[in-house]
Amino acid sequence: MLMYTLKRLLAGVITVWFIATATFIAMHQVPGDPLMNDKAVSPEIRANLEAKYGLDKPVTTQYFIFLSNMLKGDFGISFTQQNRKVNDIIRDHFPVSATLGVLAIFFAATGGVLFGALTAVYRNQMPDVVIMFLVILGISVPSFVFAALGQLMLVNINSFFGYSVIPVAGWGTIWHMLMPSLVLGLTTMALLTRLMRSSMLEVVNEDYIKTAKAKGLSPTRIFFRHQLRNAILPVITVLGPQIAAITTGGFVVELVFAIPGLGRYFVQAVQQLDYTVIMGTTVFYGAFLVFMVIVVDILYGFIDPRVRLS
Amino acid sequence: MSLFQPDANMFERLETQDSAEIIARPSLSYWQDAWVRLKKNTRAIISLNIIILLAIFTLIGPLLWQVDPALQDLNQVSQPPAMPKSALVVDPFRGWEGITIDNYEPPADYADSVPAPTNVRAEGTATTQAVRIAWDQVPGADGYNVYRNVREPTSFADLGLPLGATYGDELSYEDRLSLEARDYYYSIVPTDGLDEYEVFTQLVVTPKLAITRDEALERGLIDSLDAVNIGDEVTIEFHPLGTDYLGRDMLARLMEGARVSLFIGIVAPLLYVLVGIIYGGFAGYIGGRFDVLLMRFADFVVALPFLLFMILFKIAFGIGPGESGIIPMLIALVLLMWPATARLVRGQVLQIREEGYIEAARLLGAKNHYLIMRHIIPNTMGVILVTLTFAVPAAIFTEAFLSFIGMGVAPPTPSWGSMCNEGVKTMLSHPHELFFPALFISITVLAFNLLGDGLTEALDSKMRSRD
Amino acid sequence: MRRITVILTCLFIQLTDGTALASPVDFENQTITVAITQEPPQMNSAKATDQVSGLVLGHLMEGLVRYDRRGRLEPGVAERWEMTDEKATFYLRKNALWSDGKPVTAHDFVFAWQTALKPVTASEYSFIFFPIKNAQQINNGELPADKLGAVALDDHTLEVTLERPTAYFIKLTAFNTFFPIREDFFNSKGDKYAANADDLLYNGAFIMTEWKHSASLKMVKNPNYWNKDEITLNAINVDYITADTRARLNLYTDGKIAFTRLDGETYKDALSQRFRIRRFTTGSVFFIEYNHRPEKVTSNLNLRKAIQHVFDPDEMVNRVLAVPGNLRGESIFPVWLNGVEDKFRREYPAPMARYSVATAQQYLDRAREELGGEIPPLVLLVSDSPTATKQGEYMQGLMLNKLGLDVKIDVQTFKQRLAKMTSGDFDMVGAGWGPDFDDIMTFGDLMASWNLNNRGRYNNPAYDRLVQIAMNSTDPKTRMDAMGQAQQILFDDAAVLPQYEQGIIYVLHPKVKGVVRRVVGADPDYTHAKVVP
Repeated sequence: MLMYTLKRLLAGVITVWFIATATFIAMHQVPGDPLMNDKAVSPEIRANLEAKYGLDKPVTTQYFIFLSNMLKGDFGISFTQQNRKVNDIIRDHFPVSATLGVLAIFFAATGGVLFGALTAVYRNQMPDVVIMFLVILGISVPSFVFAALGQLMLVNINSFFGYSVIPVAGWGTIWHMLMPSLVLGLTTMALLTRLMRSSMLEVVNEDYIKTAKAKGLSPTRIFFRHQLRNAILPVITVLGPQIAAITTGGFVVELVFAIPGLGRYFVQAVQQLDYTVIMGTTVFYGAFLVFMVIVVDILYGFIDPRVRLS
Repeated sequence: MSLFQPDANMFERLETQDSAEIIARPSLSYWQDAWVRLKKNTRAIISLNIIILLAIFTLIGPLLWQVDPALQDLNQVSQPPAMPKSALVVDPFRGWEGITIDNYEPPADYADSVPAPTNVRAEGTATTQAVRIAWDQVPGADGYNVYRNVREPTSFADLGLPLGATYGDELSYEDRLSLEARDYYYSIVPTDGLDEYEVFTQLVVTPKLAITRDEALERGLIDSLDAVNIGDEVTIEFHPLGTDYLGRDMLARLMEGARVSLFIGIVAPLLYVLVGIIYGGFAGYIGGRFDVLLMRFADFVVALPFLLFMILFKIAFGIGPGESGIIPMLIALVLLMWPATARLVRGQVLQIREEGYIEAARLLGAKNHYLIMRHIIPNTMGVILVTLTFAVPAAIFTEAFLSFIGMGVAPPTPSWGSMCNEGVKTMLSHPHELFFPALFISITVLAFNLLGDGLTEALDSKMRSRD
Repeated sequence: MRRITVILTCLFIQLTDGTALASPVDFENQTITVAITQEPPQMNSAKATDQVSGLVLGHLMEGLVRYDRRGRLEPGVAERWEMTDEKATFYLRKNALWSDGKPVTAHDFVFAWQTALKPVTASEYSFIFFPIKNAQQINNGELPADKLGAVALDDHTLEVTLERPTAYFIKLTAFNTFFPIREDFFNSKGDKYAANADDLLYNGAFIMTEWKHSASLKMVKNPNYWNKDEITLNAINVDYITADTRARLNLYTDGKIAFTRLDGETYKDALSQRFRIRRFTTGSVFFIEYNHRPEKVTSNLNLRKAIQHVFDPDEMVNRVLAVPGNLRGESIFPVWLNGVEDKFRREYPAPMARYSVATAQQYLDRAREELGGEIPPLVLLVSDSPTATKQGEYMQGLMLNKLGLDVKIDVQTFKQRLAKMTSGDFDMVGAGWGPDFDDIMTFGDLMASWNLNNRGRYNNPAYDRLVQIAMNSTDPKTRMDAMGQAQQILFDDAAVLPQYEQGIIYVLHPKVKGVVRRVVGADPDYTHAKVVP
């Protein structure tokens, strides 16, 4: 077990190094550079800028400088937020994105498992039809529409009560987090509901369920001990990448709800070709994601003893 | 009680047969059987029909509704669905000098208060081409602000849009700002050149929808310039689903957008789910070091920054200006999105591999490809189909998100996603611009979901026994 | 049951946000709450280039001079000044203090300017100092920074020697880059200078007490500000940072912020809420820049003339932008620029092409002849903002319908668009220009052959000569005459296609008075705002 974990972690480090290298190469292939701005600057000023940011050196040299700095855990200074270290940006804004993401995943996972199980139990009956209709709605409306609608709903609620019941935007208290995380988790919740439903339906016909029934186990016990536990496997598989997608993909929600998350920094960094922030966030997220995958794989082994960890 | 005593004469020898009597329904292969069951599933059949209708809408629709989706009609911007309208034929627009005072002397000092303007009037015929407002000079004022509202103002704070300001010597204002044929409440507020005096005079004007003869000819509403006279009415273009922000026909744009969205929405998921199945299937089935290596590569692809690589692919494929860039987007989606399916399928395969029937089949001498085709794929189908039905909207929205940040299909090519994007900005004032593309996306997603459900049930080998 | 409901309701109220009847303005405490569109990227005044940083810095710092609400110069840190063709002398007020109580001295200005010019600082706006003697050489690393033609004669006298006569030098000193920086503080902070609220020293009307990156910042009245008696507001809370206009309108509707800008999509919602809408012309000019490089078809004058005759700025402003406040684009010189005595554009009206498809067709035929046959599709490079794309689509439709010219739109993200503009990979590009200072030269040299912002490489020696005249003269009449002729040349050459002068609309809380909108400098300016009961 320990060996396995160590092996996976080592492989993870190599994966991250690959990600960093691929991103570094890709980034330098994109035309334009972080020093370009609306107002053109003279070649002399440009030379000053290049010297300051080390862009006057050959790309290979820049790569090795980057690598050695990365090993020291230093990603340099942002090009767009010129007085801030990339490390500070990640340290300040990742927790926000992560909180939002964890809450969204919490909504998505509880909702998904619950509704999915419900639809499977009441297959083709009223609850199934209603929930599946909502699921379709959940996946066919883009997140920017949900975000806009969700916020509008809050404005209307507040103006109805004539009183600030739930804040419309911003960050700070749990009340600020409710609507954004709900909006963010909605699509994932719909996905998990669907997955859970089909996975539950498959499990229902398994022999061990029949055996359990034949042995006279109570339906609740069968449901929790056998059905749910087996059906939840595919859900956990997608959860890993979904967690990463949610914690990184909150750009729209962060923008609409004025949340100081890392998603905004990353999208802006790509658009502005902010080399240091791109590298910093990519490596950080890459490592985070690889780590999540490892955690999920290990979890998988715990939940399903049949899957042996080599 | 006598016992029945059989003897050999009582029996007749049966002729030797090559095979035993068959007591079975006609043998169906797995896929034939699936098809039979799919046909019995009403929901799946409905959804199949919807998909066929969508295909007709996309492919045959433009032949029936021959309106250029890129043709702009700035006389009819953001119009909701409505019946055909007619417009007044007018002369080409000529600028208006307006009414100015010669030898104007600005007030010597800022007055504390001034009276409201008098004799506020509309000059000439008010049309959607221009509304001309004039008023008499207000003593003490050194300028005027002109406001326009679509509702009757309730107070000084509710005068509506601040159209513009005039200098003290100008006593008129020509309004041409996106005029529609509806009631407008104009208000004139005197100023000291910078700040307003809190008085105003109101005027209600209802401009007539207008078109010039040149425009009518250009749009093919009339055959020749002589066909109509100034002051006549012509019927203008009919937009059954309304128009967008540049007056383009929504129906035509939805049809055109369907090509992009359905192409990206269906082909991309099919391809990357296929890649995922093969990749994940192999990794899971073969297992061992090979599996580890493949999965680490999948982890690597997942963690690549999607946006950056989208830009890169766009450049790598040499997307020139004006090209829609659908194919590179497709390739990029396939190259970057497969790992999720691969992981899912691998997980399933790992689980199924350990099942008893696989073991049994293997003992009976089943070959690998037989096991994969016959047992493993059918058993993972449920999860795969769910992923696929989710991949459809996901791909449509990825395209929309890319359009949103300027990396989607090039204008004027529309897509449902980018139309939604435009529509959400005006969802309160022009809901039809969001509603229709969203409706089409929902219908598509619904159809694929129902079909996915139907297929899951049809393909699920465990459900065979229950029919 | 009823009791339970009551208890539940109480709980509910207890648990919720709790800020009952929120208001973005507070009369008692003279406080307002607003939102900004993005995190200020650079709060070091020597290096700031963008509007948001300019907006925040404008409230926190003060230069030698400043603009009043009608856009006229008024004393800032400098009490008075003298100006000749060779020299400018500023007499600093004795009671101007930093936020830590120490006096603002002439040395602080000299240090700030030298810092901005040092190659190691790599300031993008260093060019704005070039009218000062030796500034350019220092920036190029040819001279040490202490050779700058700006000297502190004593703590309160600053003498600036000019490289050449510069009519607008005093106006320049109101700009961000000219704000003072105190040497000892700057050095003590090192790399971290301006990274956080306490890594900056303030000498303006407000000080920043809190800066949560990307979330909020708080500015409170500066007790050490020399003119603090004129400042009514005690605090400006920037509680929200989002670029989403609809989100900001929602915040305004919900009573969370006192000000927000609207756009073509949201103003109808604001109207239906019966908000008072205000209008402002930002002073920026938007135009289509042609690529004049000889290998491009757009270098053909007749082709550009043809486009000039079918483009109707009226339609652009009224039907495409459809937001009040935008003005017809007639010239690269906007209407607000001052001329000799009146506004420049009133003294030198911009020549206009008469809209005529027939005339345009004649020009187009001539262009076809000169270019030898059909005109290949033109590439129109636009940025990825929704407005820019919409305008691009409009131009595309216009040129196809009126001239039969095929236009391909090339939508590019910020940096890719700049890369293409710089390398000349376009035929036409949607461009805009905003003023840095209140003088015609902020627009005047834009199309000069040496100007790097002239990315279409327009080159007309006659125009260049006129720009030289306007730059080197201090006589208003000579300068304006030259610019008037330059305006005519640009029109005759159809060098660019002016589209519109940008206008914006916004809502402002009715209890807030005295907010100033500016063409040049911090905008909106809350410095002299107050909350009325």
